[in-house]
Amino acid sequence: MTIMKTILGAAASVALASGAALADPALIFDLGGKFDKSFNEAAFNGAQRWAEETGGSFNEIELQSEAQREQALRRFAEAGFNPVITMGFAMADPLSTVAPDYPDTKFAVVDVTWLDVPNVRQIGFAEHEGSYLVGMLAAMASETGTVGFVGGMDVPLIRHFGCGYAQGAKAVNPDINIVANMTGTTPAAWNDPVKGSELTKAQISQGADVVYAAAGGTGVGVLQTAADEGILSIGVDSNQNHLHPGKVLTSMLKRVDVAVYEAMKAGEDLETGVFTLGLAENGVGYALDENNASLITDEMKAAVDDARQKIIDGEINVVSYYENDSCPALTF
Amino acid sequence: MDFATALQILDSTVRLSTPLLLACLAGLFSERAGIFDIGLEGKMLMAAFFSAAVAFVTGSVWLGMLAGIASSMALSALHGLASITFRGNQLISGVAINFLAAGLTVLIAQDWFSQGGRTPSLIGQARFEPLTLPLADTLQTVPILGPLYHELISGHTLPVYFAFLCVPATWWILYRTRFGLRLRAVGENPAAVDTAGISVIGLRYAAVAICGLLCGIAGAYLATALQAGFIKDMTAGRGYIALAALIFAKWRPWYALMSCLLFGFLQAVALRYQNIDLGPVTLPVQFMDALPYILTVVILAGFVGRAIPPRAGGEPYVKER
Repeated sequence: MTIMKTILGAAASVALASGAALADPALIFDLGGKFDKSFNEAAFNGAQRWAEETGGSFNEIELQSEAQREQALRRFAEAGFNPVITMGFAMADPLSTVAPDYPDTKFAVVDVTWLDVPNVRQIGFAEHEGSYLVGMLAAMASETGTVGFVGGMDVPLIRHFGCGYAQGAKAVNPDINIVANMTGTTPAAWNDPVKGSELTKAQISQGADVVYAAAGGTGVGVLQTAADEGILSIGVDSNQNHLHPGKVLTSMLKRVDVAVYEAMKAGEDLETGVFTLGLAENGVGYALDENNASLITDEMKAAVDDARQKIIDGEINVVSYYENDSCPALTF
Repeated sequence: MDFATALQILDSTVRLSTPLLLACLAGLFSERAGIFDIGLEGKMLMAAFFSAAVAFVTGSVWLGMLAGIASSMALSALHGLASITFRGNQLISGVAINFLAAGLTVLIAQDWFSQGGRTPSLIGQARFEPLTLPLADTLQTVPILGPLYHELISGHTLPVYFAFLCVPATWWILYRTRFGLRLRAVGENPAAVDTAGISVIGLRYAAVAICGLLCGIAGAYLATALQAGFIKDMTAGRGYIALAALIFAKWRPWYALMSCLLFGFLQAVALRYQNIDLGPVTLPVQFMDALPYILTVVILAGFVGRAIPPRAGGEPYVKER
C-alpha cells in the first residue's frame, strides 16, 4: 500500500512537472463568440497565427453566460495553462478575484487597464485615435453632411469609440451632424442585427450617408442595411471591408490579433502591467485594401495619414471619453 | 415631429411588429388549445437558421422558408410529444426547446459553414425582396395619403402581408369554424370535448402544428427578409416579447394585432429617440425597452382588466378510467 502510494505520488508529481514545463496558453473569448467577424475573431486569428508559426497549441473557450467567466478562469488556471488570455472589459471583475489566487499563472486581458493585480498583463487600445481617423474619412466621404454611429451595448468603451469618431468628423467639417445610437444596455445588444438594421434605417432617414458600427455581431446588420440602401458603412475591430466590397468605406482596425499573438509568443515570460496600444504602436488604424481602394481618394488618404502623424507627434490631441466621462464632440 | 419622421417610425413599427405578430398568433393557437408554449423563441431561432442555410445552399428563398417551417414544426412535434403524449410539464419542455435551438443552430452552422455559428450572406433570389404594390409610385404625389400608401403599406416583404392577413384568418378559424370551436373547447374543458367523441390529443397536436408553422414563417422572415443570413441568437428575446403580447392581448387575435403593433411601436420609438425629452422629465431608452414587460405586469396585476388564460392550459389531459 505504501509503495503503491509512493509510486502514484511520484507519477503524479512527474505528470505535474511535465505539465508545467509544457504549459500551453489558453484563450477565453467574450460573449460575442469566436467568429464575430470582429473583436473575438481578431483574437482567434492572432492565436491561430501563433499556433501556425510555432507549431504550438492553445486551449480556448467561448463563454455562454456571465456566470462562466470566473469558472473558466479558474479551470484554466487550475489545469496549468499559462498564460491565460481573456477578452473584454467584462473580465475585469472576475480577474481581480481569480488572479490573486494563482500568483504563478500569468493572465492577460484585452480592453481592461485599471486593475491593480500584479500578475495580469492589461492591454488597452487607443480606440479613440483609430476612430478619429475613420471619423475623418466618414466626414470626407459624406455628401449630406450627416454621419451616423451605431454602438453595441451602451458602455464607456463604446462611447469611447463614438467620441473619437465624432472628433475626427468634426475636425474635417465643424458643422457636421452626427447621429449616434446605442443598440441596447444588455449583452444581447452585441447580437441583434435586426435592431442594427432598424437603427441604420432610422439614421439614413435622418440624412446619414456613412454609418460607423462598433457593435460586434449587431454590426453585421448595420453593414448589410447600409449596403442594401446604397450608403457607406465603416466596420470595426477586424478588417470588414470584404463583407460588402465597394460599400464598406473602411474599417477601424484594432489589432487585437497582434496583442494576443505577442502574449502567446511571450508565453510564461509574459510581461505584466498596463500597456496601451495606439497609432504609434500600430495598435489601431484604418483598413485600406482592394475592396475599398476606389472609395478612398488620394486626398482623403493624404489627409488621414497627415492626421495620424500629428496624433503620434502630439500635435493633435484626441480627447478620450475616459478622461472625464464625457465627450466634447458628442452627447450620448 | 414632422410627417416624414412619423411615417418612418410607423414603417419601422410594421417591420418590427411582424415577427412578434406571427409568434404571438402561433402562441395563441397553442395556448388556446391548452398547451403553454415558452418555446416560441427557440422555434423561431431554429427556423431562422434553417431558412437561411437552405436559402443559401439552394439559392431559393422559398425552399429556405419551407425548411424553416419544417424545422420549427419538428420542434413543435417534440413539444407535443413531451407535453401531450407523455404528459410532461409544458413549461419545462418549452425551456428545453429554447436551449436546444440556441445550441443546435450554432453547432450545425459551424459544422456546415465554418463561419462561427452564422450563415454566409444571402444574395439575390435567396432573400425576400420588398414588394411595390400597384399604383404605389403613381399615387406618391397625392398629399398625405400618397406617401402613406407608398411608405407604410407598400414596400414590405411578402411575410409582412401574410402576417397581417393571419389576424382575420385566425379570428375566422377560431370563432367561425367547427375546428376553431373545438380547439377553444379543448383549452377550456377537454373532458367535454372527449365526451363528444372528438380526439383531444388530435386537436392539441393540430394546434401545436399550426404554432410550428407560424413560428417557422416568423423565423424565416427574420433571417431572409429583415436580414440576409442567420446570426447566433438573432431572435434576441422576440419570442418572449410575443408571449408578453399574447397575455396583454388576453389570448384574442385582434387584440394580439394591437398589442404587437404597440410593442413594435415602442421598439421603433426607442430606436429612433434614444432618450425622450418630455419637458420636466427625460425618459431613458432603458425605460422604453422595458415598457412591454411593464405593461404586461400591469395587465397581470389586474389594473387594466383581467387576463384569464384558457382554463385547461398547462395541464396534460388524462382520460378518466
